Amino acid sequence: MTLEWLAPVPAILPLFGAGLALAMWRSKRAQLIISVVVLALVLAAALTLLLTVGDAPYVLDIGGWSAPVGINVVADRLAALMLTVSSAVTLCVLLYSMAQGLADGGEDTPVAIYHPTYLVLAAGVNMAFLAGDLFNLFVAFEVLLAASYVLITLGGTSARIRAGTIYIVVALVSSVIFLAAIALVYAATGTVNMAHVALRLPEIDPGVAQVLQLLLLLAFGIKAAMFPLHAWLPDSYPTAPAPVTAVFAGLLTKVGVYAIIRTQTLLFPGGTVDTLLLWLALATMIVGILGAVAQDDIKRLLSFTLVSHIGYMIFGIALSSQAGLTGSIFYVAHHITVQTTLFLVVGLVERRGGTTSLDRLGGLAKLAPGLAILFFIPAMNLSGIPPMSGFLGKVGLLQAGVADGTPLAWALVAGGVVTSLLTLYAIVKAWNKAFWQIPPAPLEGAPLPRGMVGPTTALVIFGLGLTVVAGPLYTYTEQAAANLRDRETYIVGVLPDGKRGTGESDEVVAEGGSS
Amino acid sequence: MIEMAPSLVLVVTIAVLVAVGVYLILERSLTRIIIGVVLLGNGVNLLLLLSGGRAGGPPIIDLTPAEEMSDPLPEALILTAIVITLGMTAFLLALAYRSWQLNGHDEVQDDIEDRRIAYLAARDELAFEDTDTDVVVPDIESEAHEVRDETDTLTILVGEEGLVNVPVETVRPSGAAPDDGAPDDGAPDDAVPQTDREEPR
Repeated sequence: MTLEWLAPVPAILPLFGAGLALAMWRSKRAQLIISVVVLALVLAAALTLLLTVGDAPYVLDIGGWSAPVGINVVADRLAALMLTVSSAVTLCVLLYSMAQGLADGGEDTPVAIYHPTYLVLAAGVNMAFLAGDLFNLFVAFEVLLAASYVLITLGGTSARIRAGTIYIVVALVSSVIFLAAIALVYAATGTVNMAHVALRLPEIDPGVAQVLQLLLLLAFGIKAAMFPLHAWLPDSYPTAPAPVTAVFAGLLTKVGVYAIIRTQTLLFPGGTVDTLLLWLALATMIVGILGAVAQDDIKRLLSFTLVSHIGYMIFGIALSSQAGLTGSIFYVAHHITVQTTLFLVVGLVERRGGTTSLDRLGGLAKLAPGLAILFFIPAMNLSGIPPMSGFLGKVGLLQAGVADGTPLAWALVAGGVVTSLLTLYAIVKAWNKAFWQIPPAPLEGAPLPRGMVGPTTALVIFGLGLTVVAGPLYTYTEQAAANLRDRETYIVGVLPDGKRGTGESDEVVAEGGSS
Repeated sequence: MIEMAPSLVLVVTIAVLVAVGVYLILERSLTRIIIGVVLLGNGVNLLLLLSGGRAGGPPIIDLTPAEEMSDPLPEALILTAIVITLGMTAFLLALAYRSWQLNGHDEVQDDIEDRRIAYLAARDELAFEDTDTDVVVPDIESEAHEVRDETDTLTILVGEEGLVNVPVETVRPSGAAPDDGAPDDGAPDDAVPQTDREEPR
């Protein structure tokens, strides 16, 4: 347990890097070096956490203040896995965006603020994965959202301001709901430390507990783009620059899903809203994919598939069984990778073809065969063609649904299969129009810089790698799910004696009495 | 122990702030939304304050007996929340200004793409152009600029055309300007220079 000090590193290091990069705003090269080094170090730290964390999570009471009074950072298996996947993805996207910025001459992307903002975004995402109390989670959300506001309106063009406004207003409303939920949690239980809340929630009125649960679900549901709360996503994501869309699509909604997993398993393990969640999961899948089928812009199409596949993750969570949660976590890891990759590839398509509209694209398979391969592999992975990780994740979830056996679970299994087929249909349509059909007018595109193709290829290979290591990874997510369902390990890790953390503030607390 | 019964005045204040905030956020003008966000944020901050129970003495050891102290934690949380709201407000103001610079108004515009697909579906036409169709789909950004507000247009049924969208102005008697409270500086929206409309590549 000597590695506890490593737990907060993925959140702190990018913040330091952001400050340093901002100070070095004159030199693009220095900024690039800082960002790459910082994100590589974060990836190394996350990998170390992933490989060494056992059943007991790494817990660090910051500043030595004991847990319910002080703030703590908790890295368990789920958090470590999320950290690793997200760090790998952010690093690749950064390299990609650098190549794009250099190729564009940097007129449209004010690079001086790009690096610091990007690092702040990474810090916020990592902090959300590591947060041990609700308020810290709120702050992490605000950090990553503030950075995302800047990134989505980067350059301040007309289209981005239009899309960004919707995104920002919706995100602000969800933050306010989250803050109100925290206030009510504090009023009801007298604490915001998640382990402590988990201990105290059974003591309060079940009706109040359910209200708190629904409020938190509402706040996270907006961030995760769950069915009736998803309408903001397909409108706001596609207008941002390709790498920004890629990192948003991969990470931001998954942070919402992570928060749902964490609160549902740790705070509200009874499964009282499972039926509601199952219905929402079904609606998310079907509505999302039907939206995707209708689109004629690849970026919007992918945004709708993103919404649709959030349904799979909610499905697994709502089953509240070991198998369901395992499938869900596996699916999150798979989906972060594949969705980011696809958006990066679409960035390449946009560059090569000059547009993302399926009306105008065509014949790319002949023009750029390498690009066609780069699109084809993650696209098939997304729609769940065996033997890729998308297929394995879906099979795991479907098995969990069948094992559940209720009519609603069967309906979701059917919905999952239909969604998968419709995803294939939408993807094949895009493939057909963009890569095979003869373009209506000759495409006006620029050649692809190697710096953009390289990171994309790396992510495609990383996605295939998830398939190769699917066995160990599935075992790992099984253990992570077991840890989540056995809440004791988390609670005992944070509050060893059920009252206080491992910090050194006990003598101060002793005078304060029992509040 | 701290008394938890909240003060009625604060509860009423929260209700008013939140109600007004929600009402303003539902407006279309970004300036009003900003005011709404600020009011809503203040309402929730007061809720946080209430969550700590009734006010007591300053929470400093040796100054106030432990039983009479205010709960310091919600105050710390509120301080953080206030700082966050401040930052967000500043950003929103900049956004509203930029929107005004670009478009001559600060209104939140609609998502045109979905509506366009719906119309194509209503007219039973392909959602995308094909090599063998001759439907001209206008540029999305220029259309978004023209019809920024769904409520500005009326959907009417025209003979064989099916559902067609027309601006309210064409239906109104001439001279009657739409009274939506938007500042009209005399320049039509089209006169505002569209700086970089293209997607940067």
